[in-house]
Amino acid sequence: MAMLEVKDLHVYYGVIQALKGISFEVNQGEVIALIGANGAGKTTTLQTLTGLIPAKQGSIIFEGKDITRVPAHKIVEMGIAHVPEGRRVFSQLSVYENLLLGAYTRKDKKEIEESLKTVYKRFPRLEERKNQRAGTLSGGEQQMLAMGRALMSKPRIIVMDEPSMGLSPIFVNEIFDIIKVVSESGTTVLLVEQNAKKALSIADRAYVLETGRISLSGKAEDLLHDESVQKAYLGE
Amino acid sequence: MSFISYLKDGISLGSVYAIIALGYTMVYGIAKMLNFAHGDVIMVGAFVILTAITKAGLSPLLSVVLGVIICTVLGVVIEMVAYRPLRKASSNLAVLITAIGVSYLLQNLALLIFGADAKSFVPVINFPSLTLFDGRLTIKGVTIVTILACIIIMVGLTLFVSKTKPGRAMQAVSEDRDAAQLMGVNVNATISLTFAIGSGLAAIAGLLLCSAYPTLTPYTGAMPGIKAFVAAVFGGIGSIPGAMVGGILLGVIEIFGRAYISSQVADAIVFAVLIIVLLVKPAGLFGKNIQEKV
Ligand SMILES: Nc1ncnc2c1ncn2[C@@H]1O[C@H](COP(=O)(O)OP(=O)(O)O)[C@@H](O)[C@H]1O
Ligand SMILES: [Mg+2]
Repeated sequence: MAMLEVKDLHVYYGVIQALKGISFEVNQGEVIALIGANGAGKTTTLQTLTGLIPAKQGSIIFEGKDITRVPAHKIVEMGIAHVPEGRRVFSQLSVYENLLLGAYTRKDKKEIEESLKTVYKRFPRLEERKNQRAGTLSGGEQQMLAMGRALMSKPRIIVMDEPSMGLSPIFVNEIFDIIKVVSESGTTVLLVEQNAKKALSIADRAYVLETGRISLSGKAEDLLHDESVQKAYLGE
Repeated sequence: MSFISYLKDGISLGSVYAIIALGYTMVYGIAKMLNFAHGDVIMVGAFVILTAITKAGLSPLLSVVLGVIICTVLGVVIEMVAYRPLRKASSNLAVLITAIGVSYLLQNLALLIFGADAKSFVPVINFPSLTLFDGRLTIKGVTIVTILACIIIMVGLTLFVSKTKPGRAMQAVSEDRDAAQLMGVNVNATISLTFAIGSGLAAIAGLLLCSAYPTLTPYTGAMPGIKAFVAAVFGGIGSIPGAMVGGILLGVIEIFGRAYISSQVADAIVFAVLIIVLLVKPAGLFGKNIQEKV
């Protein structure tokens, strides 16, 4: 059985239908890329997954439990961490306080301390700036903070919404390297990206989202060489 | 010596405004709404304390504790019943109008229960007064307690918000509700907690206000409530030190205006100062004018 199963998801904003019955699944240990043009419904998909937007129809099953109607604040405790689009770090709080909020639902102080060490090791920049207000970080650093914050919950799956958006090429490479490391350390990854080439190059499988529908899916490698994908998303 | 005497009265009145303003500012910062019924919770607190002492014969301390508990519960219930259902409403106006409605509801309930005639508040705070400058300046016990209470509450709240886990959750909700939920923060519970704290403080403010100006009617909370709102805006709404500084400045301006200019226009002076400050510094003294780097 898949770790995460999304079945026939329909989502509306008022009368506008953003998702028109999408289905996909993510297996334990995979890196799954969800690619698509601006406005295709990628963010909506992730926000519905973590309870920020209600689904009108369809179901989301995570580790055998139906989480379709679970409120957003209960999702992270179940093992799903969401790195939102635009990073959404708490700009008034320090880097350290942001990371602590990532571990908000965890109780064991010692284990939190361990996770903090791991995150600082993975993102040395964050440790250097731990007492700095998050709003004063550069875009790339904020992205690292958003990822570090998500990892502080010790998730079994991490969903990321366009982590490379607006970053300089150096940071983009760094972010993708970190995603690989996160995946290798055993965390399942669901990655939403407009940078399809990069996303497909690290993913196992991928889904292509087109105006609220999944138009294509398959092995990432195959999609990378698919003619229609190349034309639409890889700019070739 | 009269200058110092007025100053002390101003700081004392301002301390009460500051405590009320803290409630306004916290609720605004976290729930993003103006709770115009906040002033009336003060009145409810004062009535509960007075009734507990005079009718139920409870000790002053116990009566104050009861007042705080009842106001805390009242604040939480008001939020749950009146404001929460509107949280997803697209219009802030709906919430504002509801808040005004709740304000009238509390005033009219008090009218119904306690009547319209002014009650004289009993002395609750028995604290020795302080005589300085060979007897030329006397600071009443109530004044000392008021100023001390204000300082303690300010320091306590600042520590609570910055150093505790629920406090951090409040800051997170204040800044980005959705992101806070993704961290596992229960937004409704956090807003309830904010109302609880603000309303509990309102009971303390009611006690201090009525101890300094011992007449109590169902409308006692309305004007101080509005002035405390002005103080919160003056200091920069959403900011805890802003509420504090704004409250105290407002109290001092009001007392000086009354003493040196005219007691009739003292309130007008208060509002004039607000308008000038907002023209010069639209976000208030401690408001966040600077756009954060995104
Ligand atoms: N808050 C909203 N209100 C109304 N429509 C929205 C809202 N958010 C997104 N949409 C619409 O839903 C569709 C999908 O948006 P989104 O999920 O953000 O796409 P993507 O992340 O793939 O760029 C778009 O047509 C967008 O205009
Ligand atoms: Mg998006």
